[in-house]
Amino acid sequence: MGDDINAWNTAAAGMPMSARILDVNVRVNGEDVSAQVEARKTLVDFLREDLALTGTHIGCEHGVCGACTVLLDGAVVRGCLVLAVQCDGATVETIEGVSDSGTIADLQLAFQQRNALQCGYCTPGMLIGARELLARGGVPSRETIREHLSGNYCRCTGYQAIVDAIESVAQARAGVGK
Amino acid sequence: MKIADDQPPGLSALDRPNSYIGRSVPRPNLARLTQGRGQYVSDVTLPRMVHAAFLRSPHAHARIAKIDTAAAKQAPGVVAVVTGAELATVITPWVGVLTHLKGIKSAPQHAIAIDRACWQGEAVCAVVARSRAEAEDACALIAIDYEILPAVTDAETALDRTTPVIHPELGDNLTFERALTAGDPDEGFADADVIAETTFVFGRHTGVTNEPRAIVADWNPAEARLTVYQGTQAPHMTQDIFAKHLNLESHQVRVLTKDVGGSFGIKVHIYADEMATVALSKFLRRPVKFVADRLESFVTDIHARDHRVTARIGVKNDGSITAFEIDDLTGIGPYSVYPRTSGIEANQVVNLVGGPYTCPNYRARARVVFQNKNVMCQYRAVGHPIATAVTEGLVDFAAAKIGMDPVELRRRNLIADDRYPATGASGIKFEKLSHHASLDKILAMMDYAKLRAEQAELRKRGIYRGIGFASFIEVTNPSAAFYGVGGARISSQDGATLRLDATGAVFVHSGVTEQGQGTESVLAQCVATAFGVPLDRVRVITGDTDNTPYGGGTWASRAAGIGGEAAWQAGKALRANVLAAAASMLQADAQTLDIRAGIVVDADTGRERITLEEVARVVYFRPDTLPPGFQAEFIVTRHYVPRAWPFAFTNGVQASYLEVDPKTGEVTLLKHWCVEDCGTVINPQLVDEQIRGGIVQGIGGALYENCLYDESGQMLNGNLMDYLVPMAPEMPDMQIGHVVTPTADSELGAKGAGEAGTAGAPACIMNALNDVLRPLGAAALVEMPFTPERVLRALGRI
Repeated sequence: MGDDINAWNTAAAGMPMSARILDVNVRVNGEDVSAQVEARKTLVDFLREDLALTGTHIGCEHGVCGACTVLLDGAVVRGCLVLAVQCDGATVETIEGVSDSGTIADLQLAFQQRNALQCGYCTPGMLIGARELLARGGVPSRETIREHLSGNYCRCTGYQAIVDAIESVAQARAGVGK
Repeated sequence: MKIADDQPPGLSALDRPNSYIGRSVPRPNLARLTQGRGQYVSDVTLPRMVHAAFLRSPHAHARIAKIDTAAAKQAPGVVAVVTGAELATVITPWVGVLTHLKGIKSAPQHAIAIDRACWQGEAVCAVVARSRAEAEDACALIAIDYEILPAVTDAETALDRTTPVIHPELGDNLTFERALTAGDPDEGFADADVIAETTFVFGRHTGVTNEPRAIVADWNPAEARLTVYQGTQAPHMTQDIFAKHLNLESHQVRVLTKDVGGSFGIKVHIYADEMATVALSKFLRRPVKFVADRLESFVTDIHARDHRVTARIGVKNDGSITAFEIDDLTGIGPYSVYPRTSGIEANQVVNLVGGPYTCPNYRARARVVFQNKNVMCQYRAVGHPIATAVTEGLVDFAAAKIGMDPVELRRRNLIADDRYPATGASGIKFEKLSHHASLDKILAMMDYAKLRAEQAELRKRGIYRGIGFASFIEVTNPSAAFYGVGGARISSQDGATLRLDATGAVFVHSGVTEQGQGTESVLAQCVATAFGVPLDRVRVITGDTDNTPYGGGTWASRAAGIGGEAAWQAGKALRANVLAAAASMLQADAQTLDIRAGIVVDADTGRERITLEEVARVVYFRPDTLPPGFQAEFIVTRHYVPRAWPFAFTNGVQASYLEVDPKTGEVTLLKHWCVEDCGTVINPQLVDEQIRGGIVQGIGGALYENCLYDESGQMLNGNLMDYLVPMAPEMPDMQIGHVVTPTADSELGAKGAGEAGTAGAPACIMNALNDVLRPLGAAALVEMPFTPERVLRALGRI
């Protein structure tokens, strides 16, 4: 593996800088951003390091834990599996954006009331994932909620409180009490 | 949504008007965390900050013959490439031993390996660069000549004479050994009608905190001060250790701990790469940041639970237990971890086996050995999951052998609720426990008789379900007996400093810390109640060694019981001081006044006399109007440490209902129950969520988690794809109940609740699985994790 990296580095070192640094124009949380990024830089590193949007977290960097979940052109993606340059011309929304827009205020409040977070590190990704499920409308079953969260790792809560909070928001939005 | 009842409990000494004790008030820090406005160490950036990456040994055991850093030093963005020998000029090595673990030994460990790497993942060279990516690029350009040495990986053979000794100067690979005999175990076994014996095997697993370990060290030579932003559970402990090994006074070191993305015991230890990071900052005279990535977390975060316990139980046909015996062997990697040592988990296993029961006859041996794998140390519920699984597994095997319901066998042997204080066979002391009340409560919650009938009915239709129980005890609120008496500079006492500000709000500075448990909420509830203000008038500050009372931090389920009591006492003291000032203004007797909802009132009638804001205004801005000789004191500090008991033991019982598919070996968890007794419940919702989260971590160990190593000491599944953790779809809903037996050691009466879930869950999952498999003629499942493959093997299907 070391040899592969050495070879890559040697090859990369021989490349003109223009090939390794690329322009990216992206709309993030409603603001237009023009930046130059390394071709290898992931979206989550770009958000955190270049834009100081630290609400999106890094948990595994291999697409399993969901801590880096963001919206790319409205779709849920893993920020560690998307390169920043792939977002050229796209729209990105992070936890900071959906918080400021107020679109998930009810879900955030339910998480607080139900203590559906402890350390809070998974929470931004968890909320953005849950937002997608709730946007479909109706009241999903607890099994459906659990299945929908299958790509978001939480080490603290044991998940039940998260399922409770999402279920309660679905019920409230659908106008059904429990 | 099922929010826990927000109702005050029955009347007690804690009852105050507008009490928050026993109420499920939301935590003050949650709004911030749900909006992505947390401040984790991973998020910290400082001027001139550079990033460290570590080249790590690919071999489990190898001599470092030569390190060539020339190419790395020329790589883009590189600030420094530093070897272990170079860094040793700045930081001294350490040895993880304590005097109260008699005979424990270990070898000096360096921040970066110098001549030899002793496990796959040990740092062998550091690169500091402008970005983490550039630092990692340069790591790949370091050329190291290794001479591969034989790796000691199997704990079973680590003590054989033919096995190489990892640290020759220690003489052998034995880290620590403890033997204990209580009562007359030989006579106990001779008296038994039935003896059940087996060897339980526990998988090696790790904490997998969602935020990996993270540290930013900022040595400022102009101030001769080191500021460390660290995701730790014990800031004063790390302050002391950074100072000691960097040759500083501890007042020259400030440790700041803001939000921590999960800890669970992982972040209470000293890690070589974090020591290296503070040393690199001193070396380079600028801030250095290190955040472990997930892959290096798997080979450097402490592992735990890798125990093999041969155990037996003697029981009479009437169900009375006559003796327990265990022989525990555990391999802890090449070093005993600093400063808490890696002997504690085995020591706990010896202490805790048989703990819930009256049986006085007990023999135990525990051996802790070195090996060339990642280090092991204390992780949530240290030793409890092992001791509980051994004890409760044996109890169930014995019950099956004599044909008695496992609940009935427990009922006949659990220490009676009116027989306290009591002493366990190992000498552990119980102030007051409630095993029988807890068992009665869980049976009612789960409707045991109905569940057994359902199980029998379904079995006829080819649906195989099992019910498993685990009674348990848990060590909480540790006194100095845990670490201090052994020479560790880890505080068992804790303090709270309260300050009334000029508008009548209260600042609380506490030495315990918050990693998501709800510590800050609990402290605020104690202060708001004892002092007499609404919760939103209380602001809590933790995690800053410059600005909090010296304390131990949060581990061993101590934050609420110890930190909460200090906050409670400080609240009472501040109330007395403020009432003295109010009385001087009102020309009243302070004894006739009280503070309620932020207003000074007549204690008898509740009639308003003066607002806190007005008292504060006069004291701060018009002290000239106060009577001569009167000086108001609006800052108070109180401390607390348990003195009457070495630990506040708690107890509880868990039950699992699950289903096994005999064709696939797949286990489906249907429901889980827990009744536990942590004494006074300050915040029911937070306690319940600690238990739920703890149960799921225990389930992880029972069903999924295992650090797999090959014979050469290579970890085979060190990533989140291959190392399985509990995810939402597989986890059950959990019903939690309480019995409340306050400790009389504190006025608050709160014991710890953070580890009970993890302590009992693996045992009751194991017992439920064997409850399914036993009638199918399967071999007993005793090796965790209980993977589908192991279930199928037990059934003889593969």
